[in-house]
Amino acid sequence: MSTRPPDPHADLARDALPPPPGPELIGGDHTLASVTEKIASITLTRRTPLGWFVGFGIAFTLFMGLLWAVVNLLFVGIGVWGPNVPVGWGFDIINLVWWIGIGHAGTLISAILLLLRQQWRTSINRFAEAMTLFAVACAVFYPVFHTGRPWLAAYWLFPYPNTMGLWPQFRSPLIWDVFAISTYGLVSALFWFVGLIPDFATLRDRAKSKPWKVAYGMLAMGWRGSARHWHNYDTAYLLLAGLATPLVISVHTVVSLDFAVGIVPGWHATIFPPYFVAGAIYAGFAMVLTLAIPLRKFYGLEDFITLTHLENMAKVMLATGLIVGYGYMVEAFMAWYSANEYERFMIWNRMTGPYWPMYAALILCNVVMINTLWVKNLRTSVPYLFFISFVVSVGMWLERYVIIVTSLHRDFMPSSWGMYSGTAYDWSAFIGTIGLFLTLFFLFIRFLPVISIFEMRTILPEAEVKEDA
Amino acid sequence: MSPRTAARLGITSEATSRGTTTDLVELRYRGRAVVAPALAVPGHPDETVTVHLGYGRTRAGRVGSGVGFDAYALRTSDAPWSGGGLEVRKTGERYTLAITQQHWSLEGRNVIRAGTRAEYDEDPHFAAHLGHKPRRELTMYPEYKYEGYAWGMAIDLNSCVGCNACVVACQAENNIPVVGKDQVARGREMHWLRVDHYYTGAMEDPDTYFAPVPCMHCEMAPCEVVCPVAATVHNEEGLNDMVYNRCVGTRYCSNNCPYKVRRFNFFLYSDWETPSLKLGRNPDVTVRSRGVMEKCTYCVQRINHARVQAKNEGRKVRDGEIQTACAQACPGHAIVFGDVNDPQSEVSRWKADPRNYGMLEELNTRPRTTYLAAVKNPNPEMPDREAASPAASHG
Repeated sequence: MSTRPPDPHADLARDALPPPPGPELIGGDHTLASVTEKIASITLTRRTPLGWFVGFGIAFTLFMGLLWAVVNLLFVGIGVWGPNVPVGWGFDIINLVWWIGIGHAGTLISAILLLLRQQWRTSINRFAEAMTLFAVACAVFYPVFHTGRPWLAAYWLFPYPNTMGLWPQFRSPLIWDVFAISTYGLVSALFWFVGLIPDFATLRDRAKSKPWKVAYGMLAMGWRGSARHWHNYDTAYLLLAGLATPLVISVHTVVSLDFAVGIVPGWHATIFPPYFVAGAIYAGFAMVLTLAIPLRKFYGLEDFITLTHLENMAKVMLATGLIVGYGYMVEAFMAWYSANEYERFMIWNRMTGPYWPMYAALILCNVVMINTLWVKNLRTSVPYLFFISFVVSVGMWLERYVIIVTSLHRDFMPSSWGMYSGTAYDWSAFIGTIGLFLTLFFLFIRFLPVISIFEMRTILPEAEVKEDA
Repeated sequence: MSPRTAARLGITSEATSRGTTTDLVELRYRGRAVVAPALAVPGHPDETVTVHLGYGRTRAGRVGSGVGFDAYALRTSDAPWSGGGLEVRKTGERYTLAITQQHWSLEGRNVIRAGTRAEYDEDPHFAAHLGHKPRRELTMYPEYKYEGYAWGMAIDLNSCVGCNACVVACQAENNIPVVGKDQVARGREMHWLRVDHYYTGAMEDPDTYFAPVPCMHCEMAPCEVVCPVAATVHNEEGLNDMVYNRCVGTRYCSNNCPYKVRRFNFFLYSDWETPSLKLGRNPDVTVRSRGVMEKCTYCVQRINHARVQAKNEGRKVRDGEIQTACAQACPGHAIVFGDVNDPQSEVSRWKADPRNYGMLEELNTRPRTTYLAAVKNPNPEMPDREAASPAASHG
């Protein structure tokens, strides 16, 4: 195992004079060795718990539902899903936006909090980044397969040279989506992988059997932990963080433009980009909590993911949740203030039309329930946080349902009004992507260090003493 | 039956995503009974029921068998068309009807503009004043220039009686597939042209309006800019073209079409296999495949044919030489198609009419299909004829 020179992040952090990382970010009496042992043992030495197999089995079964839905879709047609005229988009785009939104917390934690020197990010960034990647994987499924001809949509939306000299329509927000989401997926994957390299080396050095040594060794890309390695590594990591930072803002902004650029009342609103970005971070932190709480419990990681972490995440959720609530208010106000009959009708129909239960549930989840986090006792109660994280996820799904379905189902021409509901295939695909997400996450827990080992070591008091000496 | 009778009998219908559900009623007449779905129709006389014949056949092949209810069971030789003493009883069961239009109120919107003779005499431009037309320069995109032809259409709402001949003609001309009850109930009918049907005023005695709605071929088409693969584009004669080959089926164009005239092939609706059906199709029109969007083309095959013909003869296309299928079939001559670049063409003269207006023109779509507002001439002597225009609620 390599010893390592002082980490520049730690330097940066100390320059900014934070209180020395105390027991609130890392509990117990951990040493450099015990941190490494604790995290690495999950993948290397501990027996895979029975619960892992059960969880993985359930997740994988759900994932098969996705395959069933997709096979039907490909052989029979997109009509097995629910869309129609006027509601041309339904579960497909709801779920796309939902998943992309969830991914945002990972990037925020890994990039923006790194640049802002928030040391509490260290223990959650690794799996939050993994969550981002898996969420993007789930999200990408929808824009490809929701089209009428996915086998063409998969590459016709990219600007590739072709014999007909055809380019995509660069005015279309869907093309902007292609660039935004593919960039996002790529940068997130790179960031995640680069962050893993020193830990791959640790696993390589500690692995007992030859195949694991080889596998982790290849992934470690020859890492030996020399000063030069660390220097290059830190530069690369910071650069990637810089690259990823604007993506936190840009990706969901572009996704929101799918709606804001349209002329449909309920879509055509300038509030969308900031309100979507806030909603994305909000939903993302909820998902991090949903994953972190069972993870720390089942793998005994309470020392690393402490109550301070959970509370901080709850605070971020509260803040972004309030911005989202403000977005709802502004939507309603602007509909009235615009004096536009279509806008006014849209918001009234949203609140009192056939889909009013959706809107009421949305307000309950995202406006009423989130405000309970002002109460410190609730904010620091682990079961309550677990519960509220589900509430937020449901609320954000409903938000997209309300925006997409209630706006489209009654737009300009009363003669063309209609209704929408998802079919069994819609649900199966949605639950199937949750299965895909969890399947990937279970594999991640089993085969990769869920918490960044080397970064955790830097926030130990031990690391601090050495550098001061 | 009338809305009031339906309310008295407790009959309700509801628009859902799988069709319009309504109550099944048992009709009992001279000891005979038929169970059929009931629907309230505004303007229907109270306490009477209209029963449609011709359905409920058992040996009519794949399309006709088992569709609807056989009302002949109620028909007797001494009362072949009408009779009194019918009993109607709600069965408590629900039934799903496939209705293409589920909402008949204009909601005070100005998509249909109409007025009375008196209003017209006072201000022939009354229809234009019912809406707001944005200034031409309110767009970031450059204007299109039309050197040759610029096709356009005008529809006179005064002449439309809502007979749907245009819809059938369009379907025959353009190889539009029949999609079946289930798909229609889900809101997936494929007609490129529909006749919108609105009631205004009291539901017992409403004013009724019809409007054939094809693609507007907007000058500033909202569908064109959102298609990621440029499958719907403006051509040099002003048409909004659909390129089936290029369409991947994101349906964004349909979402962004304020007129909702775009139709999507959710499944492989057209039968590509049966040889005998191939002979029934118009060979000049592409048979669409699964997963692509389609819509009214202004019968582009007829335009192309006339253009080629004219070119061979070394002349311009004459006014009236191109008739779209809908215009050709219209018994009321409510639809006129032609070159709007030619000020002498019939369509240009119609568009110069003071009643001319563009549907939803406040969105700055600049539709090429425009409407001539309906002018009614209610008899002022009639006591309960409140002369009302459908969009009178806003000015």
